[in-house]
Amino acid sequence: MDVAFSFAGEMLVPLTSGALWWPAQATLLVADLHLEKASHFARRGWLLPPHATTQTLAALIDAVETTGASRLICLGDSFHDQGGPERMAPEARSAVQMMTRNLDWWWITGNHDEEAGARLGGRVMPEATLGPMVLRHEADGADATPELSGHFHPKLVIRQRGRQISRRCFAVSAAKLILPAFGAFTGGLDVADPALRAALAGPAEALVLDAGRLLRFPVH
Amino acid sequence: MTLPPIIANWFAQRGWQVRAHQLAMLGAASRGRHALLTAPTGAGKTLAGFLPTLAELATTPHEGLHTLYISPLKALAVDVQRNLLNPIAEMGLEITVETRTGDTPSDRKARQKARPPQILLTTPESLAILLSAPESARLMADVRRVIIDEIHAFGTTKRGDQLSLCLARMQRLAPGMQRVGLSATISDPESWAGWLAPDADAGAVEIVRAEGGADPQIEILVIDDRIPWGGHNGRWAARAVMQQIARARLAIVFVNTRAVAELVFRDLWAENDDSLPIGIHHGSLAPEARRKVEAAMAAGRLRAIVATASLDLGLDWGDVDLVIQMGAPKGASRLLQRTGRANHRMDEASRCLIVPGNRFEYLEALASRDAVKAGELDPDGFRPGGLDVLAQHVVGLVAAAPVLADALYDEVKSAAPYAGLTRAVFDHVLDYAATGGYALKAYERYQRIVPGRDGQLRLRTPALARQWRMNSGTIVEAVAMNVVFGSGKSSRHGRRLGQVEEYFAGQLRVGDSFMFAGQVLEVTGFDGADIHVRLGRGSPKVPVYAGGRMPMTTRLALRVRGLMNDRSRWQDMPDDVREWLDLQARISRLPGLDDVLVETFARDGRWYMAVYGFAGHPAHQTLGMLLTQRMERAGLMPLGFVASDYAMVCWSLEPVDDPRPLFDPTVLEDELAEWLAASPFLRRAFREVAIIGGLIERVQPGVQKTSKAMSVSADLIYDVLRKHQPDHLLLTAAWTDARGKLTDIARLADLLEQAHERLTHVRAPHVTPLAVPSMLTIGRERVGQEADSALLLEAEALIAEALRLD
Repeated sequence: MDVAFSFAGEMLVPLTSGALWWPAQATLLVADLHLEKASHFARRGWLLPPHATTQTLAALIDAVETTGASRLICLGDSFHDQGGPERMAPEARSAVQMMTRNLDWWWITGNHDEEAGARLGGRVMPEATLGPMVLRHEADGADATPELSGHFHPKLVIRQRGRQISRRCFAVSAAKLILPAFGAFTGGLDVADPALRAALAGPAEALVLDAGRLLRFPVH
Repeated sequence: MTLPPIIANWFAQRGWQVRAHQLAMLGAASRGRHALLTAPTGAGKTLAGFLPTLAELATTPHEGLHTLYISPLKALAVDVQRNLLNPIAEMGLEITVETRTGDTPSDRKARQKARPPQILLTTPESLAILLSAPESARLMADVRRVIIDEIHAFGTTKRGDQLSLCLARMQRLAPGMQRVGLSATISDPESWAGWLAPDADAGAVEIVRAEGGADPQIEILVIDDRIPWGGHNGRWAARAVMQQIARARLAIVFVNTRAVAELVFRDLWAENDDSLPIGIHHGSLAPEARRKVEAAMAAGRLRAIVATASLDLGLDWGDVDLVIQMGAPKGASRLLQRTGRANHRMDEASRCLIVPGNRFEYLEALASRDAVKAGELDPDGFRPGGLDVLAQHVVGLVAAAPVLADALYDEVKSAAPYAGLTRAVFDHVLDYAATGGYALKAYERYQRIVPGRDGQLRLRTPALARQWRMNSGTIVEAVAMNVVFGSGKSSRHGRRLGQVEEYFAGQLRVGDSFMFAGQVLEVTGFDGADIHVRLGRGSPKVPVYAGGRMPMTTRLALRVRGLMNDRSRWQDMPDDVREWLDLQARISRLPGLDDVLVETFARDGRWYMAVYGFAGHPAHQTLGMLLTQRMERAGLMPLGFVASDYAMVCWSLEPVDDPRPLFDPTVLEDELAEWLAASPFLRRAFREVAIIGGLIERVQPGVQKTSKAMSVSADLIYDVLRKHQPDHLLLTAAWTDARGKLTDIARLADLLEQAHERLTHVRAPHVTPLAVPSMLTIGRERVGQEADSALLLEAEALIAEALRLD
């Protein structure tokens, strides 16, 4: 765990899975799980593999066990739509319910899921404060408080020697830290995209974990 | 069947004799038999195909659809309408003829369902959609004949699979329907008869051969006995090619890829001192742009056109008297078909000039000329039909009418590509089409196909039929962006020039320039799926397009080996080539007729190994991956390799002392599985089968990609499936595709077997003459385990260095 970086005076540890570990608060943060995205499509006739929810939850459980977190915060869009929890397979549903019972579980509401998570336990809130930071789904340009958010699914796209490499990344500026999407069926937005740069409100870096190293790329 | 007087008179008035093959087609029809006509260009093939229909309709009234004509090209259907309407009008026959393609307005389509014409000209895609309509049973019930033009363009492709399935459905709706195939000269008409026939029963098809026209004149361009060492597009000869164009009436300059079309077009204009009108035609240009060039060609306003395979098929667009093939033609059948584009009169020889790109290609050009002279064409690689195509098709059939699974299975099996389909695999496909085919039975509520109480399969909702129609078809294009000329806010305000692939577009920035549609264009801005451009200058990039390059055929490869080993043929070769071969024989040795020559030599502190497999680019590419993987394990530290149609050359930090163990064929399957799963080939193949198989939505051309939240990329689905259900139907289908055309594993396996038995190892003192053309080939591959990670690290370091202020 020597890939920590400092943000708003706090030591934070990014995980390869896209989760963020905050040791001082014993808190694990994840953004944009988009659970039950596949079944959302299936309803309309596109029968995408239902295993995505299983895979996302397995990765989440793994992150909880590795870090020993006692609190888990989902930064919104935890479900792909409000009907998500109803469509969950029974095993997946009980896996989430077990976690919401055993952990201090916060659902931050997103633009896709609103309060969908409430039906599975845990606390639901549109925003939260933890330590010096405010937690919300989508970055708020008007707020100068150090902020953790999701929503944009940042990814780094670089071209080196004719090859294009694309990786999920954390996007960080002086007061904003945007987490990558955690869900198995979530695509990404180039961190250099104007929308993301605007949300970062200032000079920013993309942080990528690769083979145990934390690589930093300026965003322009 | 005798010709009705009204038609016989028409022939007589023109002073024409009805040709033997035309009479033979009439004969087959009157005996109620299916027929396959092979004929050279200009033999009156299309008319021969329609003659029985015209004769029947001239004498017997017929309500509704009588004959369907299927063409591989929308434009071809339009073209034939012209060529068919004229004779019908001149004969004074009252026969209704209409086209139905993706471009047909929807009100006309609806009217065609209510009041169909007697002859309908269409494409496989439009036919499949028509057959998914509930009206199809009524519409097709009295169809007497289906004519498939350019059948050789279909047989071994997914479009062919789809067409064959459509024929099976039509035959069930109209049991007496006669199938007629029209083809260019092909090597093996009996196999094609089997493809055409119901139940693959070749005996049910009469094969009619039109007598051959004059032998084509094929020449190879050589200037002052010089042929370059490297390159493979013949661009060195632009000036000479321009002179040939000046002497011809109208020339088609065929190239092998779209990127090369742009480059050659530029080269020619640089030498075009007299400003002769020269056009460009390739598959990424906007349809309007292509139609314009075609019209200019037909009207005689052009002197030459630079074209790719998009112009390969039998359109009769003008008075072409010279075909120029830039680079080697890669196959004898292809050369013959392209040559046939020059001159549409059977009794005059077509002229073709091959411009070899390098010395290997000179040999290949000579070999293909020999092959055409000997009448030895390339066999077509028939293979079992794609399961993705079948999955798509069954949904369309269920949309047309409720059907029992047993009946569906019987129908599907009567299509030749699916003749060997087992019931178990069919059930698997049906389950996939209905539920997605997952081990987790999560989607019972969302099944697309559900059995009714009577056991008949139905669509769950009518909306699924609409969705199916939007997504059907077997051609999957790379994700592309529109190139729009003019600075308007949307594509409505600018002129659409065509499309470039998203991957290439992603490398462009405002101010960059690139070659497209024969011009240098400068990027002025991006807007959704549009790239806005204006005329630019400077050193432009050249758009790259995935795939497209055909490998040299096996038969041609054998002939190239033969030429190398027959010194009596060397005398007629240019000095450059003769000396090249002679030097090779002295410094190393020449590849034999059926061995695998492997050379090793040192150069610039690296160790090189050249393998002359003559197995085509895809197989050599795969060989490169395999050998460097094995070298890595042996600690030889490979750094990269390059593949051509003739050879694979790799380089490493440590020498290969004995190459034999590297070619061990035994563990091939396991190693390939590992490599292929991680390679972009399987991902690319998966995207295609996922779209054809109806798992993900087709991005409609010109429509902006849906937002990140609204779609799931094929790559993500691939990753999840591979992890959780590696035996999923679509992974199997992708695997089959990737093994076939992308990596050519069959040819690689043959090559390893050959190397195992007859490998000749030469330790050369330095780089050998034969290795040079391959080493000059572009498209080198870097290898090494942590390639991506290394590139990421390198990028970070470079950026850090650039930003350092001290």
